[in-house]
Amino acid sequence: MGMTIAEKIIARASGNEVVKANDICTVELDLLMSNDGTSHITVDKYNALKNPHIADPSKLVWIVDHNLPSDSVKTAASHKKMRDFARENGITYYEGEGVCHQVMMEKHVRPGQLIFGADSHTCAYGALGAFGTGVGNTDYLYAMVTGTSWVLVPETLRFNLTGKLSEGVYARDLILTIIGKISANGANYKAMEFGGEGLKSIDMAGRISICNLCVEAGAKTALMEVDEVAMDYLKAHGREPVQCFAPDADAEYAHVYDIDLSTIKPIVAKPHFVDNVVPAEEAFGTHIDEAFLGSCNNGRIEDFRIGAEILKGRKVNPDVRFLVVPASRDVYRQAMKEGLLAIFMEAGAIVMNPNCSVCWGACQGVIGEGETLISTGTRNFKGRCGHRESFVYLASAATVTASAIKGEITTADRL
Amino acid sequence: MEKFTGKVWVMGDDIDTDIILPTEYLVFKTIDEMKPYAFSPLRQDIAKELKSGDIIVAGNNFGCGSSREQAPEVVKALGVKCVIAKSFARIFFRNAINNGLLLIENPDLADDIKEGDEITVTINEKIEYNGKEYPIVSLPDNLVEILDAGGLVKAMRRRNGLSD
Amino acid sequence: MGHTMIEKIIAHNVGHEVKPGDIVTVDVDYVMLDDIMMPFIVSKFKEMGFSKVWDPKKTVIICDHLVPASQVDDTRAYHISCDFAKEQEIPNLHRSDGICHQLMTEAGYVKPGHVVFGTDSHTTTYGCVGAFSSGIGYTEMASILGTGQLWIRVPSTIKVNITGKLPSNVMSKDVILKIIGDLTAAGATYKALEFTGDTVENMSVSSRMTMTNMAIEAGAKCGLFAPDEKTAEYCEIELDDFQKNLKGDDDAVYEQVLNYRAEDFVPVMAVPSNVDHCVPISEIGDVKVDQVFLGSCTNGRLEDLMAAAEVLKGKKIAPFVRFIVTPASRKVYQEALQNGTLDILLDAGADITHPSCGLCCGRTGGILTDGEVVVATNNRNFLGRMGTNKVNIYLASPKSAAMSALTGKISAAE
Repeated sequence: MGMTIAEKIIARASGNEVVKANDICTVELDLLMSNDGTSHITVDKYNALKNPHIADPSKLVWIVDHNLPSDSVKTAASHKKMRDFARENGITYYEGEGVCHQVMMEKHVRPGQLIFGADSHTCAYGALGAFGTGVGNTDYLYAMVTGTSWVLVPETLRFNLTGKLSEGVYARDLILTIIGKISANGANYKAMEFGGEGLKSIDMAGRISICNLCVEAGAKTALMEVDEVAMDYLKAHGREPVQCFAPDADAEYAHVYDIDLSTIKPIVAKPHFVDNVVPAEEAFGTHIDEAFLGSCNNGRIEDFRIGAEILKGRKVNPDVRFLVVPASRDVYRQAMKEGLLAIFMEAGAIVMNPNCSVCWGACQGVIGEGETLISTGTRNFKGRCGHRESFVYLASAATVTASAIKGEITTADRL
Repeated sequence: MEKFTGKVWVMGDDIDTDIILPTEYLVFKTIDEMKPYAFSPLRQDIAKELKSGDIIVAGNNFGCGSSREQAPEVVKALGVKCVIAKSFARIFFRNAINNGLLLIENPDLADDIKEGDEITVTINEKIEYNGKEYPIVSLPDNLVEILDAGGLVKAMRRRNGLSD
Repeated sequence: MGHTMIEKIIAHNVGHEVKPGDIVTVDVDYVMLDDIMMPFIVSKFKEMGFSKVWDPKKTVIICDHLVPASQVDDTRAYHISCDFAKEQEIPNLHRSDGICHQLMTEAGYVKPGHVVFGTDSHTTTYGCVGAFSSGIGYTEMASILGTGQLWIRVPSTIKVNITGKLPSNVMSKDVILKIIGDLTAAGATYKALEFTGDTVENMSVSSRMTMTNMAIEAGAKCGLFAPDEKTAEYCEIELDDFQKNLKGDDDAVYEQVLNYRAEDFVPVMAVPSNVDHCVPISEIGDVKVDQVFLGSCTNGRLEDLMAAAEVLKGKKIAPFVRFIVTPASRKVYQEALQNGTLDILLDAGADITHPSCGLCCGRTGGILTDGEVVVATNNRNFLGRMGTNKVNIYLASPKSAAMSALTGKISAAE
């Protein structure tokens, strides 16, 4: 019996020839990512251990991105704890480099790796053929101390993509459509595997966006076949694969979906669930107070190009705060070089330093009571982006930018 | 002349507005919500311990820094009867008068006083402490008018033909 | 008998001669209202029984402390600001364009000779173009909105005369810190500061802004520079006769005159936790720095960013040091973007935020914790201003701040 990509990576990480869904395996982790959402708690738990020890500090990557720059004395204390610990223990540490998942994609992730991240959107790494999954800080601590962990081999949902996305439709629309179709728990415990001819037409930014959001369908991880597009990205960032896995022809899937990309339309997820999706036009006319272009989901240079193209020569609606937040320092630099930041600033946007911003609902950009946000962020849960009585719509970079111009939800072709 | 006696809290020079009320709490909707945080960077618990009718005695430049009017308002809301200092910063001075918080300038009292002691103030006349008298210089007329009206809001209401 | 600058401005406003100590009522040329005070201004305005602002065109509302919002309740002040502007048909509403004191002159409101009040103590800044501007509380602001007037006591003046050429590692920030150190934090209370001499005449308007901005830190009611050709160019005006003559007369009476030789200035910092604790950097000793903040209405302008960039070009800041750059306005940001300054700062390791008050007002933008040291280019190092009361804040010029980021310890530029 053949294996899926998830099974092959776990087989490698557990030293087995073959594993199959529902096996429980002890695996060796390749990388352990943690951010300022929880690292300070991990440090506290670590210090409470009898014989604290880090199996391999070189596998740890710690990234400050959630509340940056620090927004309170509480944050400052957490950051200091995290920073001091990283420094003392020789842990790779970034502060100000960008949103953790983007930094990991730019600097660390390699095809074939098994990676734990103390953050749910760690599944983004599948865009480079790596098995990334989010864990809580106790699991993280165990892995940090032992270098290993156990995993239940997930069943896999296979998504065969054919055709091409239409003009004005983006990977973000595709993944929101998929989540709407299979529901917010449709992939619980499972891996979501993407492949097919259609995938080739989707750039790395789009792929990361797709994999990143799979946790919103409950997935343990998301995986894509490593092709030329992925290899080019890897080479451009100066890395080599550990091993590139493709699924076997006779791999066993829990379900196979065939999706013709040309059928996908602009879509928005309405409050307060990611799977509460409707065609964008059904939300047209919804008044917005804030728009957000950024996050590990859509804060990449490709997203900025889309936004700037729409915004060029136009102005942000004066009643809208349009937050533009690059996902990393590299994105910020590139956007600066290409003149995109100048376009955003000229149009009246609020251009911030790379951080999680309103996607995380803390730090700068939170929304207040009764306010409505349209966001390229990952989640629209009640209260996620600020006040518990606020409303979040999720959409593509294009739809968010168009809405920021109009002052109400719309798509770029309607401007 | 109005006369009152109160327990004294002693503070030093340059008690700035960030000490009187840190920026963090300026966005609270009401002065009442800000009360627990008054003077917190300097003396964490003083807001809890201050009682109505107490008096603050301080050194030079009390209220220096920002124009935040929440500072004198929160001091008044805590029940502080008056602040006696060697000198006051000017924005704080105006803000206090506009809210009917009595400020008295006196160059010597702060050097003599001990925290917890009681003093007696006769408005526009003198402060009595430990058998010694400290004279009070009276305020200019236009300020007395505002104080008499009960603060600037009430003075403006009168101007606009409204009742208090 | 001659007159000081402030006497001339007030006399021009009230239409008769004045002398220090006079209490007069002035007609206000502009008011500046900042977001954090707006909820109280509006409620007092209504409570006073006013319904219409005396002159919407002279009213400027600026959202800078709370944009982008760092706490969920911050948007309340934002909406009150927007709603009041709409209700009163106030055309001058800035919602994400930068810091109020930068915008009041940069966006073309304040001109030489104007009388301006703002609900923020650093309103003294506009003396950089020869305007009388001062901070007031929200109750007085509400009364001005209703009446267009305010009573003031004509201040006496301390003249600060500086002649000669400043050393290359000394900026106007060092100059004003030294002056405040000499005057003390209350030394100019109720008084006007008038800056004169060829040293300040040679300064840019931006450098002058740093000094008038900090006049309040010596307690001053205002700080003033005589308008000149640079002022005219900055304000995009031609000076009229009143403005041309707007300088202290030779026979004016000054309460005090301080004379400085520019060559005597050295790079200094205000050490924790008072602005008047001014110490030459060479005497501060070995102090490790955790964070550097370049920004604020004091030193967040293009020339400040460029001065820092000059120090940092092609270099990296010390490991584990955070370097936060918050340009003072959208325009400053755009210009720094265009001329490559932001590029240099970014490559050196800066976190560049959107223009706002940022860390200076202590609500976000790099809050610190116990035992940490921050070198900051803003105007206040009060206890607890940027985090806990055990944070040590050193105020410095942009050059010294950049050098400190580079070395990871308190340092002056070469």
